[in-house]
Order: sequence, then structure tokens, then C-alpha cells
Amino acid sequence: MSEIVFEGVTRRFPLPKGGDFLAIDRIDLTIEEKEFVAIVGPSGCGKTTLMRMAAGLDFPTDGRVLVGGKEVKGPGPERAVVFQQFALLPWKTVRENIGFGLMCKGTPKAEAEAAIARYVDLMGLTGHEDSFPHQLSGGMQQRVAIARAYVMQPAALLMDEPFGALDAQTRIVMQEELVRLARRNPRTVIFITHAVDEAIYLADRVVVMGRKPGRIIETIDIRPLREDGGWEALPIEEVMDTPDFTHMRSRIWKLLKAREQERPAVPAPTPAPVPAK
Amino acid sequence: MAKRRDRNFLGPSGTSLGLGEFWALTLAGFTLFFAVWAGVAASGWLPPNLLPSPAAVWDTLVRLWHQPFAGHVYAEHLTASIGRFLMGWALAVGIGIPLGLLMGWYRLLDEIVTPLFDAMRFVAPLAWVPLAALWFGTGIGGPLLIIFVGAFAPCVISAYRGARLVETRLVEAAQTLGASSRQIMTHVLIPGALPSIIAGLRVSAGLGWQSLVGSELIVVGAGLGYLMVQGQGNLNTSVVIAGMIGIGVVGFAIDVVLRAIEAAFRKRWGQA
Ligand SMILES: Nc1ncnc2c1ncn2[C@@H]1O[C@H](COP(=O)(O)OP(=O)(O)OP(=O)(O)O)[C@@H](O)[C@H]1O
Ligand SMILES: [Mg+2]
Repeated sequence: MSEIVFEGVTRRFPLPKGGDFLAIDRIDLTIEEKEFVAIVGPSGCGKTTLMRMAAGLDFPTDGRVLVGGKEVKGPGPERAVVFQQFALLPWKTVRENIGFGLMCKGTPKAEAEAAIARYVDLMGLTGHEDSFPHQLSGGMQQRVAIARAYVMQPAALLMDEPFGALDAQTRIVMQEELVRLARRNPRTVIFITHAVDEAIYLADRVVVMGRKPGRIIETIDIRPLREDGGWEALPIEEVMDTPDFTHMRSRIWKLLKAREQERPAVPAPTPAPVPAK
Repeated sequence: MAKRRDRNFLGPSGTSLGLGEFWALTLAGFTLFFAVWAGVAASGWLPPNLLPSPAAVWDTLVRLWHQPFAGHVYAEHLTASIGRFLMGWALAVGIGIPLGLLMGWYRLLDEIVTPLFDAMRFVAPLAWVPLAALWFGTGIGGPLLIIFVGAFAPCVISAYRGARLVETRLVEAAQTLGASSRQIMTHVLIPGALPSIIAGLRVSAGLGWQSLVGSELIVVGAGLGYLMVQGQGNLNTSVVIAGMIGIGVVGFAIDVVLRAIEAAFRKRWGQA
């Protein structure tokens, strides 16, 4: 059981000068067992904070977070996290980083080796098993971080902009791979991203957040589009060209933009002058 | 002074020096030092029994190597000192590093120990000599206590700093992967703190070795400090200087070894 429930979750951070900052304001959200939910929203709207509370690395000031019906008291390997900044152990090789969770769990060596080898292969890290993180590019480090989470076969996957450091091509490969994995072995996923395309393509539901204070503006079900459009049979570029997809994208963009324009403090960008020819 | 070898050597005008030039200058420094010493000794300003020439000291060293002085030959004094140092230092490392790591991990311990520690830090190792003498007389405990006092603080501080500098997200990542407190200690905190710990080991070895002479003032038996005190008692300045040279050479050797270890670790993990 790995349904994730946020119940009236509020998170305030104390400010150094006294008082506090309302980062998340009364969020109610239920992520069903084996559902894939993407969260989009402007920087600073509290996406990472929300995910950290599901991971048990941070706790609500008010309200509750429940996973599988139980209140979250701390982190655990059944809820794997892919961190926004990788968080690889610099003194461990790629192989040791990927195998760290298995080692903690006491998985037999041969079994662990086989699992590591499978994900090294899947993530295109072959030949780098014995490299240290600092010897890898940012994109490769990110793939190690993803492999480290996948290899745990967790009931819930919490991913914070996991494809942020990847180049466009690798990103597409990873997105397709994630869809494949999700279909073969569905699990509960919270997937944070800045890329609206990515959210629509991957998720069952997209949660759009706004900031000041951080809250949910709208939750959109993508499943009807995907099923009607037969997205799963199409390559990613074609999916992104379908009218359903482009409509959905502009709808979400508008939601994000409308929220920003409600705040007069941010001046609208002035259009660049058109050079006279 | 030792730091310079790790980086580019910057001259006064900011230009960097090659390795050959560095060694040439080092050699020049030592040559100058011995030349001035020899010159002053030869000038007769000071009687030779107060300032023996470098050559006389060298003769004394050679003699001490073969003939026992204060009961032992030079090598025996050396090994006695080194053995005592290693025991006291090991004690400081064995207690100080774990304590520092725990202080970095458990806030409460930090808050209990740190003020106490800050106050004790200002009592110089030599100021412990009378207490050590009262407690241990001339037994091995006295010198061990003093070396311990000298070497302990840098061990604790470096381990503590190292543990505090380990990024929180690494600890969090380990926790989400199911690591126990012990696994976090051995796989995250200790390796993360290691560069700082090794730098601290170097400092603590230096301070411990420096405290040694003080500790040996109260030892009867053998040791470089003891040799020097006996030399002083016999008004034999050459013996005193010969002892000082031994202390300098061994201290330098300890530093070189620990510096090499430090460099090896940094290279392996690509940490600055
Ligand atoms: N430990 C903390 N102490 C104080 N304020 C915090 C802390 N963590 C987060 N915040 C604040 O809470 C707000 C939400 O932060 P969060 O990291 O969740 O944003 P985000 O949506 O993940 O942004 P990004 O897209 O840039 O990663 C921010 O304004 C941030 O400054
Ligand atoms: Mg974030």
C-alpha cells in the first residue's frame, strides 16, 4: 500500500528576523496507489518542500501526510527519492552508489550485482561502473541518481526534476524509458518538473501549483487524453504534435501565467523592439 | 610553510616558481642559516660551550650515536620518544575523532562538550606538567597525558568540523535509501569528514610531538627531552642542540608522511 495523502498540509519556515514564511498553504492532494502524478509550478512554489514531506525529510507545520494510510514519521527505502541535486556520495563509485540502498537492506551480493548491472545498462552507464561521481558529466550523475532509486524497486518514487540536467536527446530517451518502466511495473510516482510537456506526456494527473503562498491551482486528469489518443503506441514527438496535447499544454501555460499576472509586483516583460530592416 | 608545496609557488611579485627553483631556495635558506651559525660561533662573541659550531654539534651527534649518553645511545632516546609519542597520539586520535564525529552528529552532545572544551583549550599542554607529575610521578602516564592534551583538541575539532561540513542532503539521501545510524556514520559521515580529519591528524601530530619535550622533562629513563635535560645539567650545549635537531627532523618526517596521505585521499575523491 503506497497511496500518498496530503491532508490540509501547511508548512511555515521560521524567518531569521523572526516571524515565519508560509511556503505551503493547506494543500489537500491524494495520489492513488500506482498513480503517476506530475507537479508543475514556478520556482519557489513549494514543490520540493511538498515532496520532502512525502519522503519524511520534512514535516508539516499543520495537517498530515499519510503513505499507505500511515502518517509519515521519517524516510524509508520503500519511498525512493531522486534529488534535484543528485546527492551522490562522492567517495563511492557509480556501482557503489547504485548499490548503496541494496547494501543497507542486506541484499545478497550476487543478487545486488545483477540488479546493479541491469540498471547500469538501462541508464547507459556501461564502462563507468568504477568511476567516481566527480569524473562524470552532470547528466551522467543524474542517471546514477535515478538508477540508485529505481534499483530499490520502491513502492513509491519521489522524483524532483530528475531530468533537469539531461540534454534534450537523453531526456527523451529517459522519458520514454520511464513510461515503459511505469507500464511494466506501475508504482506510485510524484514527479516534479518545470517542463509542462514532460508532465503531460508522463503523468496520469498534472498538479499545477502557484506561489505566495504555495498552493494547488488546479489538478488535471490526463488519462482520458492518453487513452483516447492512443499515446502509448506513438513516439514521443508525435504525441507532442497531437492537437489534444498542444491544447493541454497551452491550457496549463495559461494557468501558470494567470497566476503570475495576479501579482502586480512582477512587471510584465516588455517585448523586445523589432529591429528595422 | 609546508602548504606551499601543494600549490603553485608564488614569489613576491606573484609569479610562480618551478619545483627546481623551490628546492634551490630551500637549500639556500638552510645554507644561509648554517653559515650564519658557523660565522657567529667562529667569531668568538659567545664562548663555544654556549654556542658550539655546527661541526661540533655534528661530531656530538655522531658520538651520541655510538656512545650512550644519559644511559642510552641516540637511537634509543629517539625510539623511546617516538614510542611514547605514538601511544599518546593514538590515545588522542582514538578518543578525539569519535568524540568529534558524535558532536557533529548529535546536537546535544555538541552543546554539552563545546563550552567545556573551549575553556580547556587555553590551558597549554606544558601547564599540565605539574598535574601529570602529581598524578603519575615518573611513570609512563605523565608524558602520555601531556601528549594527549596537546594532540586531543585538533582531533576533536577537525572531526567535528568535518562531520558538520558533510552536506545534509547526503545524509538525507542515505536515510531515504534505508541506511541505519551506524551505516550513515561509516558510509557518509566518516568518509565525508575524512579530508578534514586527516588535516586535523597532521596538526594534532605536530602539536603532540611538540608537547613531547615538556612531557619528558618529568620522565626518568630515556627520550630526546630527557637527553636534552641531562645535556643541560652537564652544561653540554652540543647535546642539547643535537636533541633539538632530532625533534625537528622527526617532526618534519611525521608531517611529510601525513601530508602525502592527505594528498592521496584528495586525489582519489576529487575533493579540494
Ligand atoms: N529549509 C528552509 N528554510 C527556509 N525556507 C525554505 C526552506 N526550504 C524551502 N524554503 C522556502 O520555501 C519556498 C519553497 O521552496 P521549494 O524548494 O519547495 O521550492 P520549489 O518549488 O521546489 O522551487 P524550485 O522549482 O526552484 O526547485 C521557497 O520560497 C524557499 O525559499
Ligand atoms: Mg525544488
